[in-house]
Amino acid sequence: MKANITEYLRVNLDTEQWECRSCNNELAPARGNYKRGLLVYDRDPREIHKPLVDPKLYDYTFSPDPAYTALLEYYCPHCGTMIETEYTVPGHPPVHDIELDIDDLKKKVHAWGDIPDTPEIPDTPIERHVHNH
Amino acid sequence: MTMNNTEVHTLSDEEQGLIDQFLIDNQLFYGPDPDIMRNHGLAPRSDAEESILSSDLDLQKVNMVRGRLTAALDETHTMVEQMGVAPGAKWGDLVTAIFTANGDMAQTGTFGIVVFASVCQYPVKFIKKYWVDEDTVGVRDGDAFIHNDSRYGNIHNTDQSLMMPVFWEGQLVCWVSSTIHEGENGAIEPGGMPSIAETKYDEGLKMSPFKIVENFKLRRDIVTFLQNSVRDPKLQLADMKVKLHSILRLRERVLAVIEEFGVDYLQGTLRKSLEDTETEVRRRIEEMPNGISRVNTFIDGDLREDVLAKMPMEIRVKDSRMIWNLKGTSPEFTNRSINVVMGSLKTCLLTSLILYVWPDLPKNQAVFSAVEVEMDENSLVNASDEAPNAMSLLPIFRCFSMPPMTMGKLNYCMPNRYTAINANTYSQPATLVYGGLTQHGEVTGNFCADINGNGTGGRENKDGEHSLSPVFGYMADTGEMELAEEELPYIRLVAQKLAKDRVGFGKFRGGMGYEQIATVKNSTEFGFMTGQCGSKHPSAYGLFGGYACPAYPMARIKNINIFETFKNNPEQFDFDMITLMNERKITDGDYYVQDAGMNFELCNEGEIYMICQGSGGGYGDVLDRDPKLVAKDLEEELISPDLAEDIYKVICDPNKFIVDEAATEQARKAERKARIQRGIPYDEFVAQWVTPEPAEDLPYMGSWGDDHSTLIVSPPGEKRYSIPAGSAGVMFSNPKDRRIAELEAELAALKNIT
Repeated sequence: MKANITEYLRVNLDTEQWECRSCNNELAPARGNYKRGLLVYDRDPREIHKPLVDPKLYDYTFSPDPAYTALLEYYCPHCGTMIETEYTVPGHPPVHDIELDIDDLKKKVHAWGDIPDTPEIPDTPIERHVHNH
Repeated sequence: MTMNNTEVHTLSDEEQGLIDQFLIDNQLFYGPDPDIMRNHGLAPRSDAEESILSSDLDLQKVNMVRGRLTAALDETHTMVEQMGVAPGAKWGDLVTAIFTANGDMAQTGTFGIVVFASVCQYPVKFIKKYWVDEDTVGVRDGDAFIHNDSRYGNIHNTDQSLMMPVFWEGQLVCWVSSTIHEGENGAIEPGGMPSIAETKYDEGLKMSPFKIVENFKLRRDIVTFLQNSVRDPKLQLADMKVKLHSILRLRERVLAVIEEFGVDYLQGTLRKSLEDTETEVRRRIEEMPNGISRVNTFIDGDLREDVLAKMPMEIRVKDSRMIWNLKGTSPEFTNRSINVVMGSLKTCLLTSLILYVWPDLPKNQAVFSAVEVEMDENSLVNASDEAPNAMSLLPIFRCFSMPPMTMGKLNYCMPNRYTAINANTYSQPATLVYGGLTQHGEVTGNFCADINGNGTGGRENKDGEHSLSPVFGYMADTGEMELAEEELPYIRLVAQKLAKDRVGFGKFRGGMGYEQIATVKNSTEFGFMTGQCGSKHPSAYGLFGGYACPAYPMARIKNINIFETFKNNPEQFDFDMITLMNERKITDGDYYVQDAGMNFELCNEGEIYMICQGSGGGYGDVLDRDPKLVAKDLEEELISPDLAEDIYKVICDPNKFIVDEAATEQARKAERKARIQRGIPYDEFVAQWVTPEPAEDLPYMGSWGDDHSTLIVSPPGEKRYSIPAGSAGVMFSNPKDRRIAELEAELAALKNIT
């Protein structure tokens, strides 16, 4: 039994391991923090969100301020997929963002039966405000 | 009984009763009632509801009643939208709603802003509790009550509601309401959302719920008082009339439903809708896997100075219980305007569930009644009554964007989802607030429709939508600029041009925001304010490997007259904020790029102000974005060729937009390999990177890490300290005083040198 938990993570409920959905390799024990099975890179946020106005002329440039913003990139150690990003404050402990009750998940997945890899998602057109005056 | 050698008399039940009654009869001040403001659950069934729901209601009839009410709500919504004078009314920032006799918000229309209706439950319950039996007030057929003070339940004091009881055969059977983001309210800055408010007394009108309509007519003496208290008396009068006539129509339709179906079907339908919704929400909670998800977000300014205020969210699901925990949030800023009232904030969390997680649910208060909420006292999200909250939108907009992320991490595994998992929609009130003298000689103050153009986040199956709607309601829209320009002396030189390269990158990118360039003509006293943060730390995060939106500053060119430039040197102008600020071709101008929270200032004719609406966060790894979609982004001029190559690793002919697939595959392969080489194992990284507290000079507020029992407090210019969570707010010094002190120190140093 397996359960997809994010775009790139799944839990193998038989082995109780986090797995990478891109390369199918095991990452870390499912009852713990999946991040412990990943690589982390402290990316200078200005490399991704590049300055658009001249930093020589202005203090505010459309780039995050690295004193206020740390960008942590989490990679699968096997295939290099960027499994998650985390925008935080320099030095702040990374967030343990997903903590699952594996025993409950086993029961739920068993009850749900086969889960399609890409579930059907409702996409109902909605009525919105229109310019009619 | 004897205590400390003092004889203590124990009161008899009769004596205690007398004291209790005395206190009830002689209440000094009917302030915000914590019993009302802290309870987001449904009221207990009334005797009438108990009796009605114990009988066999014909569900077919219930459905018909619900349909009639929806039609009535849509009709009255259209009335307000068509007749409303406030700019907000013209773009859909409004709602009409129906409440049970107990005051629970039971139904809004298709297009109504849910949060406005949900927050109105509190003043309705206040009126019911205090004014029904109050000899000097009373609640009678034909009465209506007005309200705007957030401490009695409102998002901020710029919104005004009119609430009317509906009677049938002498019994109060339900309430109807109409709410508009009115704008101007007589605050210290024009436009209704004063960023410099340091106390609640700077916020302008503070209407506790009071009677303004008797015998179905507005009381002109009170109307005059209100008109006299704001900068736009025309607006104040006109929209009170608009709201009154919309609730009169709603009342008429409700009475017609009663005549056709009977009063039991009206009250039964309202209560049943609420109870059925709560039952369904509990079912959905039980359906979710047990677990915890968390996100930390950071607000990087308070509109007066740069500060970094933590606002985390944890969702815990255990069987039929779901708890939303916001502990660890920064302490309240007791003399800054960005605090929030707890009861109001909960209605935003409610709305986020309806908008981004379970959009198929009925739009009523019961969507959130099953959810438990935990917050610290005296925090930014649960501020004291004394703290100003005119710009509560900064934390509030996070409340719309955090739940989809945390809920998404628990919902992704489920076979049945109710909508796509999405990254953050842009969460800043990005607009120009304005005020002053118009070209028609009238004083006014309000805000522009651009606030309603947030880019949405990338989704698991498609890109986000560009500048779609405000984060608080997909139903609202941006306004007609031509209408505004007829009434106001500001002109938009660039309107709603998608802001190139300002995007949340991802497998599915965020929808982009637009930039606008505004100026003033034909007024000598007109100016602007902006109320955003997110200029140092991004506001809309990515999800599952997607990147956030960029940081957005605002820009100004002062001491120019752009109309003279158009006449004499038109080549100096460019319809692009980045080019204008980098090339500085307009001669003799003073060029400023600053954080996006600008306090009100006058704009001389022809000076230009530039702001950006923001992008949603990206979803998924950028290397998984279909190269053809990257080429499409290039063709649509959403991004520059160097970003396509640098971020997405897509090699593409920048003129023909043809992807070199082999080169792209090779570049992406190389990048994946480079990631593995540069990445550090998590435990090793944490050991070397995490620090015991924030950098010394960082004005950080809130918990550090997972321990939410202690909050770090670092007011600018003062020594950092810690407080037990919930124990107190924080007061800031005046930024101008700090600047004067800095300059005096510099001056003293220079004098010592010479």
